[in-house]
Amino acid sequence: MIRSASLRFAALFGIVFALSAMALVGFLWYSTAGLLDRQVEAAIAADAQGLVERWSEGGIPALLLTIQERINENVDDDAIYEVIDPFGSTVGGNMGRWPPAVTQAGMFYELTVVQADTRSLAEVRRYDLPGGFHLLVGRDVKGRVELRHLLTNALLSSILVIAGLGAVGAYVIRNVFKRMVAEVSATADAISGGDLTPRVRRSGRGDEFDRMAESINTMLERIARLMDGVRQVSNAIAHDLRTPITRARARLEDAAAHAQSETELRAAVERAVSDLDGVTAVFQALMRIAEIEVGARRSAFADVDLGPLLADLAELYGAVAEDHGLRLHLSVPDTLSILGDRDMLQQAISNLLDNAIKFSPRGGTIRLEAAPSDRHARISVADEGPGIPEPDRGRATERFFRGEQARNTPGYGLGLALVQAVAALHEGTLVLADAKPGLLATITLPAMKGGALGGHMNIPSSAPHWAESGTMADVNQR
Amino acid sequence: MRILLVEDDPTVAGFVLKGLREAGHVVEHADNGRDGLFMAASEVFDTIILDRMLPGGIDGIRLLETLRSQNNSTPVLLLSALAQVDERVAGLKAGGDDYLTKPFAFSELLARVEALTRRGKSDGPQTKLVVGDLEMDLLSRSVRRATQKIDLQPREFRLLEYLMRHAGQVVTRTMLLEGVWDYHFDPQTNVIDVHVSRLRQKIDKPFTSPLIHTIRNAGYMLRPE
Repeated sequence: MIRSASLRFAALFGIVFALSAMALVGFLWYSTAGLLDRQVEAAIAADAQGLVERWSEGGIPALLLTIQERINENVDDDAIYEVIDPFGSTVGGNMGRWPPAVTQAGMFYELTVVQADTRSLAEVRRYDLPGGFHLLVGRDVKGRVELRHLLTNALLSSILVIAGLGAVGAYVIRNVFKRMVAEVSATADAISGGDLTPRVRRSGRGDEFDRMAESINTMLERIARLMDGVRQVSNAIAHDLRTPITRARARLEDAAAHAQSETELRAAVERAVSDLDGVTAVFQALMRIAEIEVGARRSAFADVDLGPLLADLAELYGAVAEDHGLRLHLSVPDTLSILGDRDMLQQAISNLLDNAIKFSPRGGTIRLEAAPSDRHARISVADEGPGIPEPDRGRATERFFRGEQARNTPGYGLGLALVQAVAALHEGTLVLADAKPGLLATITLPAMKGGALGGHMNIPSSAPHWAESGTMADVNQR
Repeated sequence: MRILLVEDDPTVAGFVLKGLREAGHVVEHADNGRDGLFMAASEVFDTIILDRMLPGGIDGIRLLETLRSQNNSTPVLLLSALAQVDERVAGLKAGGDDYLTKPFAFSELLARVEALTRRGKSDGPQTKLVVGDLEMDLLSRSVRRATQKIDLQPREFRLLEYLMRHAGQVVTRTMLLEGVWDYHFDPQTNVIDVHVSRLRQKIDKPFTSPLIHTIRNAGYMLRPE
């Protein structure tokens, strides 16, 4: 009973229903049977009032006369009077003798009286008159008592009906409740069992249960999407790792079986080791992306000044660009503060620079720029390479995606996925666009709250060594 | 050098033991945390190579913390399959001096182990580094080779300083990236090679004998010929 919520709800319903029904019955009883009683009492009081007035006007004779008149006029034959003198002898009235039970004035008594050989119930009240006389005024209430009994019985039996109705209602509620919950729990069971397709059925009434069903379904959609993502990634891993592993295995087996000299054997082993290093690199990149996507790194957020950070990266990559016959053009403000993860930002931008260098034709220019824009910091890397064709741009940030142009370059198709993950970690965005020609990758990150977005300097003071140097091709400000 | 290796995987342990002994070091081996802690606490080593995850109730971090709480400051290189940045930070916080993620190249391990022991010895402020006929004045930040003054940019200066401080040792590209640039990731392109070759242009090219040597499959070494 306690362990079943539906039963508890049903019981609660039953109790509330019974209580309110009983309150209603009680009120009905009070306002019908009770009203009858009060009417009798009011009639007796009015009657007595009139008699006392008559007595004060004309004494005992007038009183007796009036009583007689009233008895005669009384059509229902339910009026009861009795007057006694100070010695207890009957002076007038239709009772015949004073009922011994009536001892106090001003109180209502219920008596059994015998009138015309029939037992009956009467409601009476005693009034004391000056001179030791006592007056008793009453009404035969047999009919009314019977009516009251009838009412009481009817109301009591209605309680039985109410109890029955309450039980039926509770049962219905329990079933409805059970059905609603059963829908959800059946869906959950099916999903636990491994089938991710079922959804909680909606009644279409738009009520709370519908809304709950909706949020559960939304949650399930999200889980299914994530599962799909995981499946895609594991397929990609299986494929992308299988290739180098297969290669390493083939090399080793081939060398073991056919190597003619130690030199040959060593060469094969070394190549296999470098294949395995490739596998490790893919693993590390995937783990890093996963780590970022989980968002655990947000605890390491600190104030990061993008100015010197980008200048340092430009210094690191400037030499490489020059080596590839490229020019790296830097344009960053002196300071540009954001809240973020220094290591991750460095790695993300280094990935973009790696790509730019990889895809640029000799003699091209790579532009690394940063600027504050409307409470955001915008970092962009533009190259003059082939770019990414429009239809591929959406997929370029997926893990293991490699465009047509990238087929013949080294890489695993994880670089942009990581940049995307880092941008998302910072609640920012990565947008790929056409640099005409080339690729323009823009990371937009929210600036630090109230953070100072510094002014634009011509030569970043943090890296004067390369800005002044003539050894690097063109790492100058615009 | 006397080195303690605490590693439970027999293949990895065998490979590291063989390599370190070939490099001329004396190596002791423990294959669980309890024995490792006992040996580390009761004997004197120049370096401890410590796997993070060990059987025997005491894992690498526990062992390291216990050791440090006993004021044992032997340099410790942590080995771990846990590559997350946070794990690395946790390892260094517990008192580790360096952190190497599995799988690793032996040359990387050897270079880092030798760098650790060197770091332990060169205490006290130095004002001058000398390797062969190459001299670096750390106060005036000037470099000269033979009689000739060599102009270096600040980053080149730091790169050369790092190489000179580890003269006679193999220095890997990752070590340079971490030690000179403070970057903790591997760029896809050969950024370090480019910078080293620029330094070579200034340090070695005008002279007859080279000081910066490329060590195949490992990194670089600065040494007088």
